[in-house]
Amino acid sequence: MKNIVKFSLNGAPASIETDDERMLLWVLRTDLALTGTKYGCGEGICGACAVIVNGKAHRSCRTPLKAVAGADVMTVEGLAKGDELHPLQQAFIDHDAFQCGYCTSGMLMDAYALLEGDSHPSHQRIVDHMERNLCRCGAHQRIISAIEQVAAKAGDSK
Amino acid sequence: MSGASVKLSRRSFLEVLGGGIAVAFGAASAASTAAERPGYPDDFHSYLAIRADGRITVFSGKIEMGQGIVTSLAQMAAEELGADVGSIDMVMGDTDRCPFDMGTFGSLSTRMFGPALRAAAAKARTVLTTLAAERLNVSPKQLTVAHGVVSITGQPVRRVTFGELAERVRITETVTEAAVLRAASDFTVMGRPTKRLDGIEKVTGRAKYAGDIRLPDMLYARILRAPTHGAVLVSADTNAAEKVAGVTVVNRDGLIAVLHADPETAAAALRQIGADWRRPEAGPDQETIFEHLVAHAGEPTELVAKGDVSKAAAAKSFETIFQKGYVAHAPIEPHVALADVRTDRATVWASTQTPFPLRDSIAAVLGFDNKRVRVITPYVGGGFGGKSAGGQASEAARLSQICGRPVQVMRTREEEFFYDTFDPACVVKIASALGADGKISRWDYEVIAAGERGATPSYDLANVRVRSARGLAYAGSAWKDDLHPFAVGPWRAPGANMNIFATESQIDIMAAAAGTDPLAFRLGHLSDGRMRKVLQTAVDAFGWQAAVRPSGRGHGIAISSDAGSVVATIAEVKVDRTSGRVTVVRIVCAQDMGIVVNPEGARMQIEGAITMGLGYSFSEELRFQGGEILDKNYDTYRLPRFDVVPKIEAVLVSNDELAPQGCGEPAITTVGAVLANAVFDATGARMLRLPMTPQRVAAAIARL
Ligand code: FES
Ligand code: FES
Repeated sequence: MKNIVKFSLNGAPASIETDDERMLLWVLRTDLALTGTKYGCGEGICGACAVIVNGKAHRSCRTPLKAVAGADVMTVEGLAKGDELHPLQQAFIDHDAFQCGYCTSGMLMDAYALLEGDSHPSHQRIVDHMERNLCRCGAHQRIISAIEQVAAKAGDSK
Repeated sequence: MSGASVKLSRRSFLEVLGGGIAVAFGAASAASTAAERPGYPDDFHSYLAIRADGRITVFSGKIEMGQGIVTSLAQMAAEELGADVGSIDMVMGDTDRCPFDMGTFGSLSTRMFGPALRAAAAKARTVLTTLAAERLNVSPKQLTVAHGVVSITGQPVRRVTFGELAERVRITETVTEAAVLRAASDFTVMGRPTKRLDGIEKVTGRAKYAGDIRLPDMLYARILRAPTHGAVLVSADTNAAEKVAGVTVVNRDGLIAVLHADPETAAAALRQIGADWRRPEAGPDQETIFEHLVAHAGEPTELVAKGDVSKAAAAKSFETIFQKGYVAHAPIEPHVALADVRTDRATVWASTQTPFPLRDSIAAVLGFDNKRVRVITPYVGGGFGGKSAGGQASEAARLSQICGRPVQVMRTREEEFFYDTFDPACVVKIASALGADGKISRWDYEVIAAGERGATPSYDLANVRVRSARGLAYAGSAWKDDLHPFAVGPWRAPGANMNIFATESQIDIMAAAAGTDPLAFRLGHLSDGRMRKVLQTAVDAFGWQAAVRPSGRGHGIAISSDAGSVVATIAEVKVDRTSGRVTVVRIVCAQDMGIVVNPEGARMQIEGAITMGLGYSFSEELRFQGGEILDKNYDTYRLPRFDVVPKIEAVLVSNDELAPQGCGEPAITTVGAVLANAVFDATGARMLRLPMTPQRVAAAIARL
């Protein structure tokens, strides 16, 4: 149904008039030209399209636009504050936690959601949480190390 | 001026440059690898340019798909030039700006292209030094080059920058003779950890892949696809689709597509098309395919014949048949292209490993001269051999030509599985024997449908025959062999995964029969110094304990020689005997790949290769019924996920005597073998078919 959907996107108000049954992934990528969020499987299996909605990771390929009305949405483009990288982004660079980089946005979003809920998760918790994100290049070990680095730092500052 | 300036044959060379210093180079110096890849042109393939602003640009037809060459090639150029990596810009895979290149595959970029790039950079340094000597009025011998500055040795204030030297000159050179390259001991950039040139872009979402390019008025196309390979369209009714608001329907010469400014609307409209297909007769499936291959492969060609396999003495004989199913490339980025075709020229952004061959096929489809087609390759989201082929760019170009608007074609995941050029299902038969002395006395090897890479063993054997039937041709692009029900093509280290799995399993079978520790058995047949060294390195790093297998420990070992590198891998597994589920505890992999350009990058490639190898070892096997592909998404076709990835330790065995060798492929070739050997050590069950699914492992244990 055509509708005006308002929400917060990467900290700024967004308002879109469109069919609100459309999936958030395609609205982001086409209408808003925010192409950091990727298509991988279209069925909620790979995690390449993950975004943060009200602090939790959601698969944008399975999230209709109307579901984010009034919500706080963050995509990978909203993770850094200006030129200052988020600690997770820096850790991904430090650990070379990606090769082709195609899965990276989704990995960062899911890792962000994990750390929002638990600032120093155990190794097993990280593995379990990231389980639904696919990486074909095999960066897994480094992705875990990167998340662990941020989790350890969060622990230090407490 | 050292060396004569050569007038370059290619167009737009200095036009693009606008001045400065340019050095063109080819990659023909690696003669042996060139012979493996006939058709690699001997014209120059790339060049580097130094401009008045001091920036150095390397133009190369290679592409970056995660293998890290955007960084390692920049390191090589920086090293030989005496510049900082940060001052290098890489322009890759753009057919208008880069000279012709066959494509990015076969671990060739560093091996073949690397030496040529280094030689060109060394040449540029000589040119700069000569210019600086004139400028500073000293002999070139008195000069030091570092960080993009030429200065008089011991008098750093008497200096001139690359940019100042490149100002107001127009110098073009080609590399004709072998350059004097820096010795590994003098390296300041190569061999050191380096910040990746693509890092920031990839963690911020700013990195552009072909599917991320946006043009005004662009349309998203969805194309009517056959339900099975070999199906013929009888009729299609597009009436309902045409009624969807804003949709353009194209129906021309067998290409039926719907286009819309919103990809989901295009997809919904496509579902409105009623189509009748005539299906072909049912062909083999994933179980009957092996019989089919053996029956139809035809006569093998002999690759190696040494001694006499029929007369060799045999105290004990071993005949084994190994099998492996079709494996998908399954990069997370599907094949995608955006084409903008105008009346007189076309620009296409494509996810491809072969921009130049692609340009030519698009030109043919459009009826254009290839000079009027430009293919631009942004970052590629994984290739593994699968993006050498792909019709999506030609489809996008045709549709754009018909509609007069820019058109994107992005394969859905289902299309991606359907149109993949799979790693072929294959069979290896080995008849080998041990002599009375406990040494291998016969090795008679036949590979069907996998190809010859890795088929010739690294061991010193007396009576050897190696034969290959219907091997995958290294065309660098897809080719449909009617032996297979659908397209097959090169997949990371084509053929070698199967050949090493079979070879190293058979070696293990014989070691166990000889009552010898598998490491000792291998060393007893191995004189190659590099191989012995990596084996020893892996053994030390792992803490290998000698024992006759099966020992119950779950330790396996395998070696491979691939793409100029040698690699030894040791793994530890645990096996649940009831469910057959295998848990990999850890993997140690030692690799000698000659000079290591980017150590962290190399370790990352090895880890990635091993992780990817877990898939073909345990879970990845395409399910199909004739030309119908039953796996349509990642839910049934299972890639390795976080919970199956063990601790992986990549150990680089330094070898500064040897130019850099292949890095992205060699390690993966050992994975099936090392895990099968580890499963045998844990359980006593010998796995002869990949992947080793829990059901197959449990069944093999039950048969003991
Ligand atoms: S594209 Fe959404 S989970 Fe794969
Ligand atoms: S880095 Fe390529 S898919 Fe993860």
